Amino acid sequence: MITHALITQAVAIAEKRAKRPGASVYSGRAMVMIERALYAAKSSNWLIIVSGFVEPVLYLMAFGFGIGQLIGDIEDGSGNPVSYAAFIAPALLATSAMNGALYDATWNVFFKMHFGKVYQVMLSSSLGPMDVALGEISWALIRGATYSVGFMAIVAPLGLVTNAWGLLAIPAATLIAFGFASIGMAITSYMKNFQQMNWVNFFLLPMFLFSGTFFPVSVYPEWIQVIVKALPLCQGVDLVRSLMLGIIDINVLGHIAYFVVMIAVGLTFTTVRLKALFMR
Amino acid sequence: MSKNTERESVIRARSLTKKYKDFVAVDGIDFDVYRGESFGLLGPNGAGKSTTMKMITSVSQRTSGELTILGKEPNDQGPEIRAHLGVVPQKDMLDRELKVWENLVTYGRYFGLPRKWLKTKVEELLEFAQLTDKRNEKADDLSGGMQRRLAIARGLINEPEILLLDEPTTGLDPQARHILWDRLFRLKEQGVTLVLTTHYMDEAEQLCDRIIVMDKGKIMAEGSPAELIRDYSSREVVELRFGTDKNEGVAKQLEGKGDRIELLPDRILLYTDKGEALLTSILDSGLHPVTSLVRRSSLEDVFLRLTGRTLVD
Repeated sequence: MITHALITQAVAIAEKRAKRPGASVYSGRAMVMIERALYAAKSSNWLIIVSGFVEPVLYLMAFGFGIGQLIGDIEDGSGNPVSYAAFIAPALLATSAMNGALYDATWNVFFKMHFGKVYQVMLSSSLGPMDVALGEISWALIRGATYSVGFMAIVAPLGLVTNAWGLLAIPAATLIAFGFASIGMAITSYMKNFQQMNWVNFFLLPMFLFSGTFFPVSVYPEWIQVIVKALPLCQGVDLVRSLMLGIIDINVLGHIAYFVVMIAVGLTFTTVRLKALFMR
Repeated sequence: MSKNTERESVIRARSLTKKYKDFVAVDGIDFDVYRGESFGLLGPNGAGKSTTMKMITSVSQRTSGELTILGKEPNDQGPEIRAHLGVVPQKDMLDRELKVWENLVTYGRYFGLPRKWLKTKVEELLEFAQLTDKRNEKADDLSGGMQRRLAIARGLINEPEILLLDEPTTGLDPQARHILWDRLFRLKEQGVTLVLTTHYMDEAEQLCDRIIVMDKGKIMAEGSPAELIRDYSSREVVELRFGTDKNEGVAKQLEGKGDRIELLPDRILLYTDKGEALLTSILDSGLHPVTSLVRRSSLEDVFLRLTGRTLVD
């Protein structure tokens, strides 16, 4: 049966782990959140997961190869002609990373927060709020990265990756997914009801359509360009497009810095918010 | 009051206070919980029991006063304290997406326990919670009693020295409650310190060595169930019902009978050491209650005496 010495083996292990400096915020065990997510994923609805991946592929077919026939080659942003499909493929790759990340970081997190009560329980173990935040965000980014790998597997054989830099599109998409997962969970943690959650979708659709996805942002007047270029998806589209079309310049570093900041801000706000919600 | 000076205090609270903005949830309470005992926080909803539990779990920071758990300071040793605690929250809060055994394994992983070690531990706990044949069911598909037992098993995964149970049997049917009480008795026999909140008197009497009665954030009384009944009530109670509109009138006539009289909306309670004799004398005096009952005094009566209110309203 269960034996209770004064301090048991388990308590000793748990306590040793808990003695890390800063353990009340981060115990260094975000990985166990991924383990949990894998258990949960086994029984989740695969159709929903697959549909998120299929969406950008459908856009590529309809716009890239359908409407692309009517458009012909266009200018890639640095003066070289490129097929319309090759122009929008990087944008759709960035979008698919975003969709994958947001699927988990928004609706799933919202349900766990308000109905599953999963986080309260985690925080009454010796996990800290940052373990929870980082773990959930990491799981979301894994989905985002998986979507983008899947998309790449379709795009590359079609000859839409024109140079070696294009291989870096996968790590870039992972970075983009990380950024969106991080900011997505932070925003979700402030949402109180379904109506507010719908605002997220309301914002996402125009961002998807107008972030240089289907046409270059240079068509806008100067002042609109400034706004659009500040949007995270536009940054992501530019980053992946630069890599896949081999337009490597200083801007690439700028885009990377943008996502690093996005990750840091999202992670900080999520951690603070989890603490405020469940540890007061 | 119990003489516990030689025993080791595992939880110590002095002037413990918690305020949420203007609302004082816990208002300067003092208590000690000693190793190996079963300690109850008894009171109606909103008495401050759950808030006190949250402060012990160190997920809620106190506003003022002192609190130590196993000699540790919850404000900066939260995770370390939680390594020694088992928590069984109100409403279970099981991971509904996971199977029974997965609930146990993942919770153990949150404490950083190795998978290999958990493998045997999970089997042991499944057996303890009588859930071995339900191991592959979704937590969501279990009955209420099973879910509560799973929540307790989960709380035991890190072999805690102190198990905190918030309303352990609320919402369970009588049979499920008795199974649960039996499991908790066993834990106590194994030396686990139990701290539980309840608004059920019978539960407190069954399970607790020592109780604090809380109301509106304050401690009204402290002691063993027997001591509390002795100090704040009489040995027996006569319950009389004359009908809702007549009770008040009859209560005036009964003034002076027994040690004390309480008038409730639906019944009159007379406190006395000799219930049967008092009832006979009342019937002899020509009063005809619709129903009458002589029973032993319970903690319910203690609470009524202390606060002028019944516990479950």
